[in-house]
Formats: sequence, C-alpha cells, structure tokens
Amino acid sequence: MESIQQDREVLLAALEAGKILLENGAEIFRVEDTIYRICDHFGLKSASAFVLSNGIFLTCGDGTESQFAKVLLIPVNRTNLGRVAEVNQLSRQIVHGDYTLEQVRKELERIQHMPEFPERLQIMVAGFSGACFSYLFGGSWRDALCTVGIGILLYWYLLNVGKPHFSKIVCNIVGSAWVTLLSILCYRFHLGNHLESMLIGGIIIMVPGVAFTNAIRDMADGDYISGSVRMLDAMMVFFCIAMGVGFMMAIYNGVAGGVYLWQR
Amino acid sequence: MAKMILQVLAAFGGTIGFSLLFGVPVRYYLYCGFIGGIGWLVYLFCLPGNSGAVATFCATVVVILLSRWFAVRKRCPATLFLIAGIFPLVPGAGIYWAAYYMVSNQLSMALETGFGAVKCAVAIVLGIVFVFEMPEKWFHRKIRGKDV
Repeated sequence: MESIQQDREVLLAALEAGKILLENGAEIFRVEDTIYRICDHFGLKSASAFVLSNGIFLTCGDGTESQFAKVLLIPVNRTNLGRVAEVNQLSRQIVHGDYTLEQVRKELERIQHMPEFPERLQIMVAGFSGACFSYLFGGSWRDALCTVGIGILLYWYLLNVGKPHFSKIVCNIVGSAWVTLLSILCYRFHLGNHLESMLIGGIIIMVPGVAFTNAIRDMADGDYISGSVRMLDAMMVFFCIAMGVGFMMAIYNGVAGGVYLWQR
Repeated sequence: MAKMILQVLAAFGGTIGFSLLFGVPVRYYLYCGFIGGIGWLVYLFCLPGNSGAVATFCATVVVILLSRWFAVRKRCPATLFLIAGIFPLVPGAGIYWAAYYMVSNQLSMALETGFGAVKCAVAIVLGIVFVFEMPEKWFHRKIRGKDV
C-alpha cells in the first residue's frame, strides 16, 4: 500500500515539473525527457507520457507497479524561460541524486511562484526594445524615440486590455491596429520621418517568436502534432498583425485620402 | 560603417530587452545580447550580393551555433539564448510591407514581399533544423581543452 502511495507521489511531482516546463515555453521533447528522468530516478520504470502542446497524459502500471493515470490540461501561458531553466537545472540535480521527493516538491513549488519583473519595468523595456528594432530597420533617432512611446503604449495595452479581455485573434488585430494608428499620428505630426520603421519596431513586440521557434524544434524532433499546432498559432498571429496594419491603413486612407501615406 | 556598429548595438539592446520580457535569468542577458548582435552583423555582411533569405539563413546558423555553444558551457537549455537572439531575423518588415502593398492595391508587390517573408521564415526553419541535427558531442569537444 505504501508503494502505491509512493508511486503516485513520484508521478505527481513529474507531472508538476512537466506542467511548469510546458506552460513556460519549453519544447515537447524536453518535457517528456524531464518526466521520464524524474520517474526513472525514483524507481518508477513503467511510466508513460504523452505530451501535446496544451496537455500532458501520464500513466504508469504493469505487473509489479500500481496503476495510475492522470491527464492535465495546460492553458497557454506567458513565456517565462527562467522557470524552464530552473526546472532543467532541478532535473539534472535529481538525476545526480541531490534531492529527496519531498525536496523536489518544495523546489517545484518555489519555481512555480518565482517572482516576475514588475509590470512597469516590462512596459518600459518593451518601449526600449521597440526603439532598438526601429533603428535596426532603418529608422532615424527620432523614429526610435517615437517608437519608445509606441512600444510603451502597445505593451500597456497588451497587459491591461488585450490579454485579459480579448481573445487572441482580436487582441492581436486591435494591437497592431493600435500600433499603426500611433505610428501614423507620429508620422503625420512630423515627430518621426520613417513610417515603416516606427511601425515595424512596434509590431515586432507582438511577433510570436516563441511559438514559431518551438514549432520548428518540435517538428524537427518528430512531434508533428504539437509542432503543427504551434506553427498554426504563430501563423495566425502573423496574419492577425498584418490584418490589423492593413485595416488601420485602409481606414486612414479612406479618411485622409492617403495623401500622406502613399506619396513618399 | 558607423551606422553598422550602431545597428549591431541596437540589435544587442533589443535582444536584451526581449530576454527580459521572456523572463530569461539576469545572468544570461549579456550572452543573449551578444548572440543577437552577432546574428545581425552576419546578416549585414551576407546581405550585399545575396537575397534576404540567404543572409537570414547564414545569420540563423550562426545564432543557433552560438546558442548551443553557450548552452553547453552554461548548462542550460539552448532555448534561453535562441528565442531572443533570433528576433532581429524574424521577418517583421515583410509582414508590414505585405500589408502595406495589399492596402495600397499593389497586389503584385504584396505577393512579392509576402513571399519574401515566407522565404525568410523557411530560411530560419532550415537553419534551426540543420544546426540542431549536429550531435551534442561536437559542442562538448570544443570545451574539453578548457576543462569547463
């Protein structure tokens, strides 16, 4: 009876580690690998994991070990690669034999509640990154300064309006329309002189780099289902961004006759 | 030349900004920035005489080689360096131009720029796939001499 309890605890700890990895932007391969490593180390040989991009199916049981199964649905979350690094480190140390099961559980609990950077700092940094990218795509220093403002307003919108209240599609369309509106205003009032660099610097903040990169890596590992779901996710966001830009430009074109945009 | 250096610095700064947004631990920021800057430098060097896709491919290969190299040295997942480092290469400009030409009713240009963006995306895909196929021990062998 004790061994059943023990097996169950091991599986739950492995599942928790897998959950943290998956929701913070790790590849499928790494999630499966970590689950097997933890189970293996604590003597659970019959564990079998099936990991999708938004769920983990984990079972164990054979002639000698007890039967246990759990399915965990994992909603797509904000990426935090720091947690991925921490769980990865933990799994190395577990294999090395540094942790008891109880300590693993405490450590996972700590990683799950690791503090993030304060919202204000993130918003400021988004503005700074946007400015850097605007300069990178051929902007002048004035464009870069405008993009600081655009990036800050965009990230503020994403954190406070878009993500909590809208679906992903609407959030991205409205976000890129918002960037376009701000860039057109900056351009129209001669604060910046390259519309395209201000705009690109703004939308690069929404570009789904994590989904895109992970999709490719999953497919390269042979995880086609998760890879194609993540690729679809990335493509949809790309498409929504283009829609938002086009939508706002068409509106401006209709209102102002497009004089200020097309004649350059 | 001065413009080039400033652009590489901008790539460096932008990449560090993105690593903060993705929650990369502070101790890895400089590596992320370095990878982003070098990636853009390679892109700029390859651009004259080549298409954007070829330059993107070369830059992606360098970015991922560096990410794996740092990952082995620092004993952490390559994803940490890779995701922010690849951002300057993602065809954000392509999306914009495709939308722009679409709205201004220049459909052939829209198709051309949109297809260009897809080609850059495919170049990134190929770069990632090829470099991750390389066996892990190639990256270990380099550091054995240094006893890391």
